[in-house]
Amino acid sequence: MKIAMNALTLTDVTKTFTMHLQGGLRLPVLRNVTFAAAPGQCLVLTGPSGAGKSSVLKLIYGNYRCDHGHILVSAGGSTVDIASAAPREILSVRQRALGYVTQFLRAVPRVSALDIVAEPLMSKGVARDEATARAAAMLKRFNVPDRLWSLPPSTFSGGEQQRINLARGLLPEHPILLLDEPTASLDANNRAVVVDIIRERKAQGAAIVAIVHDDAVRADIADIAVDVTLFATAA
Amino acid sequence: MNDEPLLIAEGLTKHYGRQLGCRDASLELYEGEVMAVVGESGSGKTTLLQMLSTQIEPSAGRVLYRMRDGSVQDLWTMSEPARRFLLRTDWGYVHQDPQLGLRMGVSAGGNVGERLMAVGNRNYASIRTTAADWLGRVEIPQSRIDDTPRTYSGGMRQRLQIARNLVTAPRLIFMDEPTGGLDVSVQARLLDLLRRIVSEMRIAAIVVTHDLAVARLLSDRIMVMKGGEVIEAGLTDQVLDDPNQPYTQLLVSSILPA
Ligand SMILES: Nc1ncnc2c1ncn2[C@@H]1O[C@H](COP(=O)(O)OP(=O)(O)OP(=O)(O)O)[C@@H](O)[C@H]1O
Ligand SMILES: Nc1ncnc2c1ncn2[C@@H]1O[C@H](COP(=O)(O)OP(=O)(O)OP(=O)(O)O)[C@@H](O)[C@H]1O
Ligand SMILES: [Mg+2]
Ligand SMILES: [Mg+2]
Repeated sequence: MKIAMNALTLTDVTKTFTMHLQGGLRLPVLRNVTFAAAPGQCLVLTGPSGAGKSSVLKLIYGNYRCDHGHILVSAGGSTVDIASAAPREILSVRQRALGYVTQFLRAVPRVSALDIVAEPLMSKGVARDEATARAAAMLKRFNVPDRLWSLPPSTFSGGEQQRINLARGLLPEHPILLLDEPTASLDANNRAVVVDIIRERKAQGAAIVAIVHDDAVRADIADIAVDVTLFATAA
Repeated sequence: MNDEPLLIAEGLTKHYGRQLGCRDASLELYEGEVMAVVGESGSGKTTLLQMLSTQIEPSAGRVLYRMRDGSVQDLWTMSEPARRFLLRTDWGYVHQDPQLGLRMGVSAGGNVGERLMAVGNRNYASIRTTAADWLGRVEIPQSRIDDTPRTYSGGMRQRLQIARNLVTAPRLIFMDEPTGGLDVSVQARLLDLLRRIVSEMRIAAIVVTHDLAVARLLSDRIMVMKGGEVIEAGLTDQVLDDPNQPYTQLLVSSILPA
């Protein structure tokens, strides 16, 4: 039997926020978070609101800095520890290996929905025409009406923005996907699209870490659940 | 991708008499990287930018630059003409006030063409074609090519200054508050333009701004300055979303979400 190497390994990841504007109040959020995800596996993070689920994804993406521990990401033959990597190494790992679908789209002024979706592909070196064609196919799959494609998404509805965000994050077929409540503002049709794409990505060997509140969706995609409250330090 | 830094600054310090401008600033910038320098008024941002771009001589510290031939040179031991040549060709410098970066009495086409002549271009027709092309890229109507920037709006002047700087395909561009003094809708258009051009041409850039939204939109990395010193630096989204220093937390909390 083939033993897959882990795509992502967290060891003793610890995070405390220090709020200097509140007199230096210390807010310990995570202590010694340890788990691993293998290629083709979907791991879901569970726990109540405020437990630290989104913080775990942000730590993996390098958006929050890690106080202590290791976050090993395998990307194209090399392994990078996000907890100690230099900024440009993190940027390179994101570009090559990490897809991150945030809960809300951060729209860029004046950039069209189509370009927002195509951009990560282009930064991986895919030619503009091909990237745009694939972005269009993805938007179609998410039932985003053609008339919206050339518009900047800042005026779109919550569900439309979320679909743009999903199309952008899921299109590049990254080996590691981080999904923060990807189906929260979607109708049943589009939820089914997300579930289909996640299954495809798993079959292609992506390791997925997801936060999903919807029980049905979770049952459809999850291989392992990790309860973040085990590592929560508060209360 | 070259793995050596393009620009290295070590311990840059500047005193204006007894007034501190900037103390002990160090950085490394790689090809295609965009770095933002943020901080309150008087924190030393312009002083740092001018030391990096050899417009003012540091009281201490040095600046190293990797030339196109791969050799690394200490900019203050280079000859003055060699340094000037670098500034005119391999570098760009976009001033907050476009009047400082443009020849106000020369046509728009001439402003752009002049930089091409500085790199040895002598074919008038091709200079004019390239200049016209660049005006198009910065969204200035070609019909305005023979007008002087005096007849341009503030936003157009700033776009012209950018075209003038980019026409020689520099490897490094310095920008001091490139969107300062422009109204909000004009700013958005200019930012979008800068973002696209810098990423398409893979130019390294150092952008001074007091606007964190601008920093977030344009930069990969960020340096936060206060009282002449760099107090926090790192990946832009990390510093802005998870700031460590009390001053950075204050800065981040006192703006509207970007
Ligand atoms: N940048 C930050 N600065 C300070 N505190 C933060 C920051 N980000 C998160 N926190 C705190 O960390 C804790 C965990 O937040 P997190 O967003 O990870 O929770 P969550 O499990 O995703 O919750 P939810 O299900 O509500 O999204 C919360 O108490 C939150 O206030
Ligand atoms: N030529 C000069 N002579 C004397 N002091 C100067 C000179 N230039 C700058 N300073 C001082 O050095 C400090 C840093 O100035 P600098 O122009 O670098 O600030 P800055 O961060 O660019 O501010 P701003 O955002 O207002 O442009 C300030 O205290 C300033 O008064
Ligand atoms: Mg959350
Ligand atoms: Mg200044």
